[in-house]
Amino acid sequence: MKVIAKAVIASVALAGVAALPAQAEGERFVLVSHAPDSDSWWNTIKNAMALAGEQVDVTVEYRNPPTGDIGDMARIIEQAAASNPDGLITTIADFDALSGPIRDAVDRGIPVIIINSGTPEQAAELGALMYVGQPEYDAGLAAGQRAKRDGVSSFLCVNHVVSNPVVGERCSGFADGLGVDMGDSMLDSGQDPAEIKNRVKAYLTANPDVDAILTLGPTSADPTIQAVEEMGIAGEIYFGTFDLGTEIVKAIKGDVIKWGIDQQPFLQAYLPVIILANYNRYGVLPGNNINSGPGFVTKDALALVEEFAGEYR
Amino acid sequence: MTADSPADPAASAQEEDERLKDISRLRKALIRPELGAISGAILVFVLFGIIAGDSGMFSAEGILNWSIVSAQFIVIAVGACLLMIAGEFDLSVGSMIGFSGIIIAIFSVHLGWPVWLAIILAFVMAMAIGAFNGYLVIKTKLPSFIVTLAFLFILRGLTIFLAIATTRKTIIGGVRDVAEGDWLAPLFGGKVLTGLFSWFAEQGWISTFTRGSRAGEPIVDGIPMLIVWAIALVIFAHILLTRTKFGNWIFASGGDAQSARYTGVPVDRVKILMFMFTAFCATVFATAQVMEFGSAAADRGLLKEFEAIISVVIGGALLTGGFGSVIGAALGAIIFGVVQQGLFFAGVESSLFRVFLGVILLLAVILNTYIRRMITGER
Repeated sequence: MKVIAKAVIASVALAGVAALPAQAEGERFVLVSHAPDSDSWWNTIKNAMALAGEQVDVTVEYRNPPTGDIGDMARIIEQAAASNPDGLITTIADFDALSGPIRDAVDRGIPVIIINSGTPEQAAELGALMYVGQPEYDAGLAAGQRAKRDGVSSFLCVNHVVSNPVVGERCSGFADGLGVDMGDSMLDSGQDPAEIKNRVKAYLTANPDVDAILTLGPTSADPTIQAVEEMGIAGEIYFGTFDLGTEIVKAIKGDVIKWGIDQQPFLQAYLPVIILANYNRYGVLPGNNINSGPGFVTKDALALVEEFAGEYR
Repeated sequence: MTADSPADPAASAQEEDERLKDISRLRKALIRPELGAISGAILVFVLFGIIAGDSGMFSAEGILNWSIVSAQFIVIAVGACLLMIAGEFDLSVGSMIGFSGIIIAIFSVHLGWPVWLAIILAFVMAMAIGAFNGYLVIKTKLPSFIVTLAFLFILRGLTIFLAIATTRKTIIGGVRDVAEGDWLAPLFGGKVLTGLFSWFAEQGWISTFTRGSRAGEPIVDGIPMLIVWAIALVIFAHILLTRTKFGNWIFASGGDAQSARYTGVPVDRVKILMFMFTAFCATVFATAQVMEFGSAAADRGLLKEFEAIISVVIGGALLTGGFGSVIGAALGAIIFGVVQQGLFFAGVESSLFRVFLGVILLLAVILNTYIRRMITGER
């Protein structure tokens, strides 16, 4: 019994320590993402948010559904609103499921900024202050047009988040940019690196005439880099990706990847915190939505990107 | 078997019986499989009362938040509990949730069926699959762990395939619009006691929206049907388990299937029915979620089978079958829901979230087991 009592006290103390930031001075902002724990890309968001919080002296909290279940995410948004933060930053990964909880938060008088997933129109419809992100379809379209100029006529889109239709629009934008029908070009790769690698290999073996690969983030890009290297077609097949990360930067440098589309997640987390802080303190607000991307990162401008890849880039 | 098994012939005989050990009334009241779970529940409420008391966790909408999450766990835990007492597992619960949701959305939105028919179809299909699961387990004599693990993959894959093949999307929205005016949909997605809550708001007991189209309306405007379902399922399953002959059959099938067969218990039928009941509970979960959110997604319900099993085990059921209680499982689900949402309220660093979740759940189970052993004298 003593052991149990001790353990209980220890865990109370432990939880108490972790709970401390919530009681700190200054405003408290909560960011609710749709990303499962396994998605490393969101680390940049966490870092940038912490940096902004430090600079303007506010408390920031990051929340996400561990498995990426949007139903769970809706509950977390409701919970975040119930804890009465001074501002809420979230994504619209599924408009149907999240519109209710987000609108409720807005109606309670909590300033809300939409980042990353969703459209400026959806953000406005829910009464959010603004949208900070990259219009996904347009980014895919721009990438497709660029690939077409480089002579690409067929492609494989490696999608590791089939559950998020907004991300899937990158693939359809790419197909439209190329001027081809999407058909069976989209591969549901899952989240496990070994599975992604082997599914890409299997697809490319079965469809040897595919010109180009588009990956939708580091989760699918890293194993795909390995796949093309193991198949001996690295540098030969046209390879573009969304988002950056340590492995992607290395691959751009090594001519395996032609370009990475940077949506600059840093800005998606950093700007909302700064904007919300100043909105709370002085009532000032930029008059428009902010496009954080797309920017094409090629071999030429890699120095800064390389230094901060995975941390702030 | 439990202390309160109904068919106890000695209970009617008032005279001293040398075969019965004399047990004090207090001790008798305490020997219940739920007791450990009750202690665990008190522990987590005290814990979060201390560390998150002023965070909005115990405001009206805070309470509603963890109540809904707990109710979700209860709905699937009740099914998992009866099945586990009957000696089997179902690992396909999470996939079944995704499957049922997508079936409802495909048939109602994509094919234009009336929503009530789509819901009934989802229930029929899910329970048929549950029955098939049970049939396979009985016929092949394979562990249900393996058979239902296969269905975890089969159903998840089918769900994604069906969604993509019919709509080319993995999230099917628009269910809310087609469910407008449907007679069955409010039974899953509606709210009850809305009048009472408006009155609460008028009295100033719960806060109201300050702006927008719902300004002036209470933030908590009713009890979601999911919570009603959770309570109803608990009552139904508790009575079934402790007050009926069938309940004794469930215990017997899980305790020792062979001796149960010798005494005339239809073990196969009991187990298959329990697999169907688990599928039914998963579909209740899925339907309520689809009706509330207005969309179904192929990845809904990931890992929910484990959350159901965890709730049941926290509630004091044995993984080996033959022992457990529905009330305990419901309390286990409440513990799990309160801990999970309470950690958010407490502002725990998100990367440490699962560490705390694991530690507190472990503590709850240890406490539960310890108290149960102390009281029942079991070793």
